[in-house]
Amino acid sequence: MEPVKGKAWVLPDDVNTDVIFPGRYMSVTDAEETPKYLFETVYPDFREKAKPGDVIVAGKYFGCGSSREQAATAIRYFGIGCVVAESFARIFYRNAINLGLPIAVVPGVTDHVSEGEEIEVDLEAGKLKNLTTGKELSFEPLPEFILDLIGQGGLIPATRKKLGIE
Amino acid sequence: MGKTLAEKILAKKACKSEVDAGQIVQAAVDVAMSHENGRMVKKSFEKIGVDKVWDPERIVIIFDHRVPAESERTAIGQKELREFVAAQGIGNFYDINVGVCHQVLAEEGFSRPGILLVGTDSHTTTAGALGAFATGIGATEMSAVWATGELWLKVPETLKIVVNGKLPDGVYSKDVVLKVIGTIGSDGADYKAMEYSGQAISDMTVASRMVISNLSMEAGAKTAFIIPDKVTEAYVKPRAKGAYEMLVPDPDASYLSEHTFDVSDLEPQLACPHQVDNVKGITEVAGTKIDQAVIGSCTNGRLEDLQEAARVLKGEKINPGVRLLIVPASWSIYREALKQGILETLIDAGAVVLNAGCGPCLGAHEGCLAPGETAVTSTNRNFQGRMGSAQAYLYLASPATVAASAIEGKLADPRKYLEA
Ligand code: SF4
Repeated sequence: MEPVKGKAWVLPDDVNTDVIFPGRYMSVTDAEETPKYLFETVYPDFREKAKPGDVIVAGKYFGCGSSREQAATAIRYFGIGCVVAESFARIFYRNAINLGLPIAVVPGVTDHVSEGEEIEVDLEAGKLKNLTTGKELSFEPLPEFILDLIGQGGLIPATRKKLGIE
Repeated sequence: MGKTLAEKILAKKACKSEVDAGQIVQAAVDVAMSHENGRMVKKSFEKIGVDKVWDPERIVIIFDHRVPAESERTAIGQKELREFVAAQGIGNFYDINVGVCHQVLAEEGFSRPGILLVGTDSHTTTAGALGAFATGIGATEMSAVWATGELWLKVPETLKIVVNGKLPDGVYSKDVVLKVIGTIGSDGADYKAMEYSGQAISDMTVASRMVISNLSMEAGAKTAFIIPDKVTEAYVKPRAKGAYEMLVPDPDASYLSEHTFDVSDLEPQLACPHQVDNVKGITEVAGTKIDQAVIGSCTNGRLEDLQEAARVLKGEKINPGVRLLIVPASWSIYREALKQGILETLIDAGAVVLNAGCGPCLGAHEGCLAPGETAVTSTNRNFQGRMGSAQAYLYLASPATVAASAIEGKLADPRKYLEA
C-alpha cells in the first residue's frame, strides 16, 4: 500500500458520529451523497476548505457514538486520504476498515501535527512524517489481515473474491 | 488459565477449542439484525453480487427508527425493504407496529445465552443482558454476513464490574450504569467486553439488566454481559427461537481490570450535557429548568419503567411549561400498559403517548428540540444535536427522575414522590 500524503485537518477528542454525520440525515443511503452532510452541524466550513487527499488528524476516541456507517462513508467518499487519531471508537474503526478507508492509531499525533501542515502516513511501515516540521512518529502497524482488507478496497471486494465472484 | 465469557462464546463460534483476547477470529453468526438501515445493507449486498442471503431464518428486520415513515424518502426505503424480505423469504420481519429492535429481539426469543448476535445498531449490546455475545456492526459488514454468515472479530479483553449492595427505592439500574460510566469514562471500555455480576445485578429483573447492557455501549463496550442465571433462563426458555447454551465465565478467568461498586447509598444519577460520562448526582443538578421530558427508548421504555413513572405521576399534573412524551419500547408493552391503566395515569398527568419505536431518541422523527431548550430523557445519548438542535441540552436519567422533573418543570429528585 502506497503511503498517503496530504494536508492535515486537526480535530479535538471525542468527535462523535452525530458531529461527523448528523442523525437527521440517516435516511441518506447513497454513498456518493453522504459527503454533502459531513460535519455539517459543528464544522460547517470543513467541506469548502478541505480537499480530497487531505488527512484528518484527531484526538482520542474519534467516531464514538452510533454504528451509523455514513460517518465513515462520508469521510471516505469525500476523498479523505487517511484518518489518523490518538484512538478510535470501535464501530467507526471497523467501518473504516470494511470500507477501505485508511486509518491509523498514532499516540501523540495531536502534539506534533498542527492544522494545515503536510503529513505523510505509511500504514505498512507504521511511520507518520510531518513534512512541514520534519518530525517523525512511529506507530504499531495494523495486523496484516486488516491491512490486506484495506488494500483490497474493503470488505465488499474481499467478499467477492472469497466467494469467487469476479 | 480460565476463560472469560467473551472468549468462551467466540471460541465456540469460531470452532476452536479456545481463543485468547487479542486474537482475530472468523466467527459464525447466529442472529443478524437490521432496522431501516437494512436498506444500506441491501445496497452493499447487491454490490457483492450473490442472489440469495446465506440463511433467511437467521436474519431479522425490525422497523423502529421512523415509524410510521416521517418522509417520502423513508417511505421508499421501507417499501424497498418490505419487497426485499418477501423476495428473500425472510420471515422474521417486524413492521411499524412492533417496537424498538433491541426490545423485540428479546421479546421474540432471538436474544439468547451463548450465541453470537450482530446488529447494524450500536445498542445491539442490549442482548448481552441475556448472555449473548451481542455487538453493533456497520452496514457493509452486515452485507458480508448476509452473504456468508460470518464476520471477523477481534476477541476483546474484559472488564469485570461487580455491583454489590441493595438499591434504595427510587434508584434504578439506570442510576447504577450511569455511575459506572461516570467512573470508567465514555471510552473506559472501548473495544472491550464487560461482565457484570454482584448482588445488586442478580436481584435485577431482565428489563433492568437490559438497561445496563444497553448503556454500557456508551462506555465504548463491544459487548456487555450479565452472567446468565436463573432469571435469564426463566425469561429465555419459553420464548427461545433456536438453541442456546448457558455459558458462564470460568472463576479464574483473566480480566483487564476489576471495578467494584456498592449501590446501597446511591442517589439518582444524571448524565449532563453533552457527554454520557458527565455524570452527577441529583442533589447537584436539581432545579435546572427543563422544557421537555421523555420516557422511552430501548434503554428505559419497558413496562417497569412506565410503572415507576406512573407511580411518581399518579394524581399529579405536569408543569404547564413542560412537554412530557411517553414512548413504549414495544407494542406489547404499550398494550400491557394500556390494560393496566398505566397509560391513563400518565395521560391524566398531561403526557403525550407516541407510537412504540425510537421516537425522539435520535432526533429524526418527532419530539425535536429548539435551540436553547433543555430536556431530561430516559434514553441513552446526550450528544450535541442528538434530539434536534445542536444548541439544546440533554440530561439522561431514570424514568422516575424524568417523571418527577416533569412535575416540577426542573430537574427533581423522584424519591420524595415515592414515599408512603
Ligand atoms: S431507541 Fe434510540 S438508542 Fe434505541 S435503537 Fe432507537 S434510536 Fe437507537
